[in-house]
Amino acid sequence: MFLKQVPGGESPSRVSSDHSWIDETSVNFETNESDSYALEEGLQIREKNGDGEVVVISMGPEGRTQKVIREALAKGADRGVHITEEGPPETDPLRTAGVFAKALQEEQFDLILSGLQSLDLGMGQTGVILGELLGMSSATLVMETEVGENSIRVKRELESGWFQWVTLSLPACLSIQSGINHPRYPSLKGIMGAKKKEIKTLSKAEIIESDVNQSITRVYSMQKAKKTEMITGDIDQQITRLVEALRTEIKVL
Amino acid sequence: MDILVALENNSGSIHRMSLEALAAGQKLASEMNLSLSMLAMGKNGGDLAENAGKFNAEEVLLLENPLLDNYSSDGYSQAITSVLEQEKPRFVFMGHTYMVRDFLPRVSARLRIPFISDVIQFRIDDGTPVFTKQVFNAKLAADIVSQSKGTTLVSFQSAAYQSDQAEAGAATIRSISIEMDSSAIKTQSEEPFKEEAGGVDLTNAEIIVSIGRGIGKEENLPIVKALADALGAELGSSRPIVDSGWLEPSRQIGSSGQNVAPKLYLALGISGAIQHVVGMKGSKNIVAVNKDSEAPIFEIADYGIVGDILEIIPKLSEAIQAAKN
Ligand SMILES: Cc1cc2nc3c(=O)[nH]c(=O)nc-3n(C[C@H](O)[C@H](O)[C@H](O)COP(=O)(O)OP(=O)(O)OC[C@H]3O[C@@H](n4cnc5c(N)ncnc54)[C@H](O)[C@@H]3O)c2cc1C
Ligand SMILES: Nc1ncnc2c1ncn2[C@@H]1O[C@H](COP(=O)(O)O)[C@@H](O)[C@H]1O
Repeated sequence: MFLKQVPGGESPSRVSSDHSWIDETSVNFETNESDSYALEEGLQIREKNGDGEVVVISMGPEGRTQKVIREALAKGADRGVHITEEGPPETDPLRTAGVFAKALQEEQFDLILSGLQSLDLGMGQTGVILGELLGMSSATLVMETEVGENSIRVKRELESGWFQWVTLSLPACLSIQSGINHPRYPSLKGIMGAKKKEIKTLSKAEIIESDVNQSITRVYSMQKAKKTEMITGDIDQQITRLVEALRTEIKVL
Repeated sequence: MDILVALENNSGSIHRMSLEALAAGQKLASEMNLSLSMLAMGKNGGDLAENAGKFNAEEVLLLENPLLDNYSSDGYSQAITSVLEQEKPRFVFMGHTYMVRDFLPRVSARLRIPFISDVIQFRIDDGTPVFTKQVFNAKLAADIVSQSKGTTLVSFQSAAYQSDQAEAGAATIRSISIEMDSSAIKTQSEEPFKEEAGGVDLTNAEIIVSIGRGIGKEENLPIVKALADALGAELGSSRPIVDSGWLEPSRQIGSSGQNVAPKLYLALGISGAIQHVVGMKGSKNIVAVNKDSEAPIFEIADYGIVGDILEIIPKLSEAIQAAKN
């Protein structure tokens, strides 16, 4: 299960002074949305199967990455792997997936679940690349799973309201779409139990080998294209102006 | 070959987003003086190639192989990988469709070449194309450059370039073939299907009051319903509201929900992610209320209010009631 830590929806997005990334001070990090759904799906698959081990993996700096892994352990994952990252975050999905593939070399997973895309980078690639690097079959936009003997049948979301079932032999690598299930909250017992669970740490710097394939040269705010009337004033003034616009300009009242 | 636009096959016709990628490709070709070709494959590939031949390009490569008649990630990643090894383009342009999301990262992995995904525009800086994509939930933009000496894969966000800007012309069709190994297609795909129809049809609604995650919790829904009633509006929402089970799936608006174009679209506590915006940007009037002044929804709004929807919604309902009386 791959879990990325990303800024929570309510966090400010201020560009860093050198325009290389965002200014991370006072940003609250949480588990990437589709990754939470992936974790829940993994936990449910294990529960339906009766046994199996759920391992969660995250790459990032010390504090926030530990927090995300601990939370997953509290929800029921068995152990964690933290790939520590110092310095600027990795933004090349081929490199990220390459690090994951090497970190997993000695493990034998039947199933790898990742989120469909990260909220910060939004590449939508890392899980798929990882599957390919590990020689697994893969499927993306997964909205339902049915585990069989040596295979897994998954419902994929297609465009314009279409779906399709695809059967993959195990081991397989799935990218999970948000909405597939209802992620649980950790229980108090789970939170206590998580403290005793193992988190192995590895260092990205020691694993990474491939050259950079693509790089971000600048992060910035986009210029606005459309003319928007921003309605200002106190709340009563705002409402008065909006109702006037609804009546006289938009003409729906 | 410099630029290869790989077309997505819509039973023999060109997927709209492939035409958009073609428009982008033609622009890059003219600005950097590069050659451009297209690739047609899949069922009725001949028809697709013929349709593609009506656009301005050097040639249309036609790849016909029964293993490619139905889409599979295994088959398509294998085929495109082989085509790139043979033809060695500098750039491959595609639309950022669900199909591309599914298989193109595997081509990137096989050939160890970068895939710059979901691009909204590009420009040339000192002879190098710089691709821009949205990051941090569309709040910020990032410029990305390729470090690849071989091919660079690029996919374009829906409507980043206009399909009607694709320049007409006459391109010759060249058939190509590749070795394909049927045993490499390990997955079994069933027939695509649509989920049970039913639910509300929002496409004809005059007014839509739409809520996003900013509504906070399910218990806050009644105030929104009251506002919708006051306006005589239908209720719509962003995806997370449906994912949480607070509203039925048919009320979801966006790329995986309904496409709407009402007279008035009231976006309450919706950030304005592209997958939502594609479903509602055709609305005649967009009013957005969000507590974050930098929320991308304001970029497409006609009227914007920075504020707390939990305070504004009840007051707005009251004021509308008063205005009607
Ligand atoms: C393949 C794919 C398909 C998708 N399809 C769709 C789709 O069809 N439709 C869709 O909507 N999404 C879709 N999404 C998801 C999309 O990317 C966004 O995640 C989603 O639209 C975000 O919904 P939101 O704006 O409600 O939530 P958020 O992005 O979390 O935004 C919530 C907003 O509410 C504001 N807010 C919070 N509290 C308040 C308050 N009290 N008052 C005022 N404002 C407040 C915040 O500032 C924020 O801007 C898809 C994603 C993918 C990857
Ligand atoms: N640093 C990371 N740590 C853990 N998982 C990651 C990391 N980066 C990417 N992923 C996984 O890969 C998915 C796709 O990310 P992306 O390709 O950046 O959109 C995410 O949803 C995560 O599941």
